[in-house]
Amino acid sequence: MERVFMKGCEAIAEAAVRAGCRFFAGYPITPQNEIPEYFSRRLPEVGGVFIQGESEVASINMVYGAASTGTRSMTSSSSPGISLKSEGISYCAAARIPMVYANVSRGGPGVGSIQPAQMDYLQATKASGNGGFKMMVFAPATVQEAVDMTFAAFDYADRDRNPVLILCDGVIGTMMEPVVMPEMKGDAEIAAIKDGKKSWAAIGHELDYAKRGWIQPGNWSTAVMQQGNEEAAAMYDNWQKNDVQVEQYKVEDAELVMVAYGISARIAKTVVDKYRADGKKVGLIRPITVNPFPYEAIENLNYGQVKTILDVEMSIPAQMLQDVSLAVKGRCPIETCLCSGGNIMKKEQVMDAVAKLI
Amino acid sequence: MEKIYARTKGLRPDVVSGFCPGCMHSTVIKLIGEVLEEMNQMDNAVAVLGIGCCGLHMEYMSYDNVTAPHGRACAVATGIKRANSKSLVYTYQGDGDFASIGLGESVSAANRGENITVIFINNGIYGMTGGQMAPTTLLGMKASTAPKGRIAEEHGYPMHMCEILNQLTAPYYLERTSCNTPQNVLKTRKAIKKAFQNQLDGKGFSMVEIVTSCPTNWGLDTMKSLDYLNEKMLTEYPLGVIRDNG
Amino acid sequence: MPKVEIRSESCKSCGYCVKFCPKQVLAIGDKVNSKGYEYAAAVKPEACIGCKMCGVVCPDAAIEVYK
Repeated sequence: MERVFMKGCEAIAEAAVRAGCRFFAGYPITPQNEIPEYFSRRLPEVGGVFIQGESEVASINMVYGAASTGTRSMTSSSSPGISLKSEGISYCAAARIPMVYANVSRGGPGVGSIQPAQMDYLQATKASGNGGFKMMVFAPATVQEAVDMTFAAFDYADRDRNPVLILCDGVIGTMMEPVVMPEMKGDAEIAAIKDGKKSWAAIGHELDYAKRGWIQPGNWSTAVMQQGNEEAAAMYDNWQKNDVQVEQYKVEDAELVMVAYGISARIAKTVVDKYRADGKKVGLIRPITVNPFPYEAIENLNYGQVKTILDVEMSIPAQMLQDVSLAVKGRCPIETCLCSGGNIMKKEQVMDAVAKLI
Repeated sequence: MEKIYARTKGLRPDVVSGFCPGCMHSTVIKLIGEVLEEMNQMDNAVAVLGIGCCGLHMEYMSYDNVTAPHGRACAVATGIKRANSKSLVYTYQGDGDFASIGLGESVSAANRGENITVIFINNGIYGMTGGQMAPTTLLGMKASTAPKGRIAEEHGYPMHMCEILNQLTAPYYLERTSCNTPQNVLKTRKAIKKAFQNQLDGKGFSMVEIVTSCPTNWGLDTMKSLDYLNEKMLTEYPLGVIRDNG
Repeated sequence: MPKVEIRSESCKSCGYCVKFCPKQVLAIGDKVNSKGYEYAAAVKPEACIGCKMCGVVCPDAAIEVYK
């Protein structure tokens, strides 16, 4: 496998193409412009379609349409643009349309700042649109992880017939790192994946009402609606049982455990190593999927030994803190180490926060 | 005896449409079914339904369809058509959907010359939500959000979508028809067929704007609403071919 | 002889067929369907010329015509 040096955004786009993504629609917004730009060059080479939509709203709806035909499809944006897409994302979730999107997130709320931030955590994990739906949300901490997660995201989306979100902060999106790309899926495999969706896809069917392609983001029948909600809820429960991904770093004997995701986790990991070199018992729990959230890993810590949890996020106020609290259940104090507005977490800030607690 | 006028297979045989008495949505949906049947395209068609009364026929029609978010039908249809170019893809939208909340998507799809067909129902009012003012509401016409009627100084003027799209270079075919008489129903049928054929021939964006009545929200019985359609609506929205590049 | 057949359950009594029949074959009858509509009926069936105008103009696809 060849190692290549790539920018996060471009690596995400290439990984998607290799996973069989053959449709992308997006709209310019910093700091994710390299994703649509890369797709605009790359997709025509593999017989795919790139469209620069007239808005984020149009783009997500083009993806809703393309994915309704069974084509692996993707969009991307950054924080305020993701808000605009929330209607279409909700429709995809309601109609059980598999698609993948990336949020290369920036400072907020509002137009915020174009620099990296982690201020869309609650939006991503709790309410990405109306109606209480959920998605699997992956939070890469390296460009390599962004690649691997994007590649796998299409399989999860198809498995569940549900949108999947790559929650990628602006640091991961804009930094360059060496990555190993996954093998490109062949045309036959991509065609087989699409064929597998023929029964429900909106591609035209022989005239039979019961077997037609009917993409329904709602229903006149309240009974049908509730049944759909119940099925979705059961799927969300299954994720919590089977699909949680978490990295636990030097927590076995830790007295202080940091919880951080994405770029913050990477900085926190450096801090763990610094303190461990001095014999200090510091550890890290890194949610890799922020939904489903790794409650169990935090819940099962030995609270006879752990004196403090330190929540590290690039968001003020803290957002992931709510999930951490649900798992800690008041068994030890939870402190925070935060920055926001486009300021990137500094190692020194985390070092100081830890120093005050040990 | 030979059946010379039959109910189209585009409609489920034993289902009654959910539209109000005299509503010409039903007429147009019937015509689309007839045309698809005639063109042997029923198993190749994907309808993209707008929000509002447009969605009322999803269980009345018998073939593939997708419900788009309000106003986004042209964007959804763009995605479907580009991902699967062999499908015959049309949007079915009302005036609120196509000309108000979806204006950006509508004009942009037309401007790209997307190879899709738009069936645009213009009855000058919001139907399902209860008679609110639309961009196409006539001056003086009462609406539940314009109780004194549409006033130019406050609400602006009725929007003429065919003429607006006619300012763009890309659209291939734009025609305005009505269903107020059997003759015009047949003309509408012909226009829909032509618009679908354009798409199959890869000609790009076609739209048929169909001026219809809404007896319920106009507050008129079916016969008086026909008169209002003839006298008022068709004066503001004259019928005819606005553009035909064929 | 041409004949119109009305699916009474689909009729919503809008009256378009009555208005546009050139031979006054049709009228809104006094019988009521399960939805409560007084449905159209052929009151002068012998006058039908099989022009199909009633079927064409019927919104609810309630009319079929034979010849």
